[in-house]
Amino acid sequence: MAFHKISATINGELEEIMVPSNMTLLQMLRESLALTGTKNGCAAGECGACTVLLNGEPVNSCMVLAVECEGAEIITVEGLLQDEQLDPVQEAIIQSGGVQCGFCTPGVLISSRALLNRNPNPSEEEIREALVGNLCRCTGYTRIIDGVQKAARINAVVQAR
Amino acid sequence: MSFTAHPGLPEFDYIKPQSLTEASQFLAAHAGEARPLMGGTDIFVRMRDGLWKDKYLVDVKGLPGMGEIHFDPSMGLTLGAAVNMNRVIHSPEIQENYPLLAEAARTCASYQLRTRATLVGNLCNASPAGDTIGACLLLDGMLSIHSLDGQRQEPLRSFFLGPGRSKLQPGDIITAIQFPLLPEGLQGHYIKHGRNKLSDLAIVGVTATGCPDDGLPSGFRIQLALASVAPIPLVIDQVEAFLSENTINKETISEAALIAMQACNPIDDVRGSARYRKLMVRNLSKKALTVVWEKLGS
Repeated sequence: MAFHKISATINGELEEIMVPSNMTLLQMLRESLALTGTKNGCAAGECGACTVLLNGEPVNSCMVLAVECEGAEIITVEGLLQDEQLDPVQEAIIQSGGVQCGFCTPGVLISSRALLNRNPNPSEEEIREALVGNLCRCTGYTRIIDGVQKAARINAVVQAR
Repeated sequence: MSFTAHPGLPEFDYIKPQSLTEASQFLAAHAGEARPLMGGTDIFVRMRDGLWKDKYLVDVKGLPGMGEIHFDPSMGLTLGAAVNMNRVIHSPEIQENYPLLAEAARTCASYQLRTRATLVGNLCNASPAGDTIGACLLLDGMLSIHSLDGQRQEPLRSFFLGPGRSKLQPGDIITAIQFPLLPEGLQGHYIKHGRNKLSDLAIVGVTATGCPDDGLPSGFRIQLALASVAPIPLVIDQVEAFLSENTINKETISEAALIAMQACNPIDDVRGSARYRKLMVRNLSKKALTVVWEKLGS
C-alpha cells in the first residue's frame, strides 16, 4: 500500500506526516499526532464524536482520508483553547451542565463553534439542526442547547466590548 | 508497524490523477477494482463493512470544473460533481432559482456529512433512497459524463437500472449535472419520512412539482417522484397523466395519491414494511401534492 507525505496545519502548527492511503484523518490525529481529544465512536459518520473543522467547516474525521488533507487547515477540540482561555462555547457548555460522560463533548463543541461562526445568534431550532449529527446518550440535549445559546450571548458581549 | 486501528479501512491505494483523461484511463484499466472518490460518505462505510473491496480509490473531486456552481439566466444551472450538499443548500442562486434542490439537500444526513457528501455522488450510487434524486429527476437533470471516448450527456430519467446500478461504465466519471431553466411558476415540495425528523435515511421520500400549463385540460402539469419504494427512484407518470386530464381538487388529489400507491413496489426492510411504505406513499403523496397545489395559488 502506498504512503504519502502530506503537510497540514493542525491547531495552528504546520505538521509534515507520512500517511498510508487508508488512514483516516481521525486515525492521523489520534495515532500519529496524539491528539486524542477527538473521539472514535461509530466510524460510520453517524455519531459525530470525531467532528473536527477542516478548512473551517465541520466534518466527521472518520469519513475523511488523511491524504486528502494535504494543505488543509484543521482545528480539533484541543485547538479551541486560545491563550490558555477556553472558547466561550466550552465555558458555556460546562456552566450549563452540558457535559456528563463527556465522550460526545469534543464533537459537540466543534459543531457548536462552527454554527456560531456561520450564525452568531442561532434559534433553538437552528441549534438542534446543527447538532443533529452529534449524538449524546447522557444529557438529553437540553443542557447542551442551553449552553450553545449561552455561548452566543457571551460572544455578543465580547464583541460589543 | 501497523497503522490500522479498529475500525480502520481495508487496504487500498489512493490515486490522485491530474486530468479527467488520466482518471478515465486509470478507472477503465482497473475496471472492477477502482472507484472514483468524491465525498466518500458511502464508500468508506461500505469498505469498512467489507461490501466494497476496491484496490484503488481515484480522487476526482479536485479536477477542473468539478467544484463549480454556475447559473446562466438563459441556459440554466450547472452543478459540478464535487459540489457538496451544504453548498447546494446555501447557494443564493440555487435558493432563488431551484429552491426544491436546496430543500431536498437540507434533509440529507447531518451538517458534518453534508460538508463531504455531494449531490452527484448520491446519484452515482444509485440508491433508491436518495433524498435529492426526486428533485433532480423532476427538474429534468442531465448528466455530463467523461468517458474514455470523451464527454457525453445522459438524461437522469433513464440513468438508473437497479439498486446501486446505473448506466455508468468503467472509466465513466460524472463531471456535472445540468438543469434547464424551470417553467414559469414552477413550485415544488419534498417530504422525507424517516425514523426521526432530520438526518436518517428515508423510509419513504415524496417529491412533487407543479406548474401552470395552458395546453393541458386541467391547466397544470403536476409531477410526482418517489424514493425508497422500488428498486430505483420512480417518477409516477400515471399521476401526471391523471392530473393533466382531470380538474384538480381535493378529490382528484386523493385519487392521484392512490394511483401513486398502486404504482410503487416497495420491499420489507429494517426501516419499514412494504405495506407500511405503501400506506405512507398514499398519505404523503396526498400531502405533497396538496402543498404544491396550494403554492400554485389555487
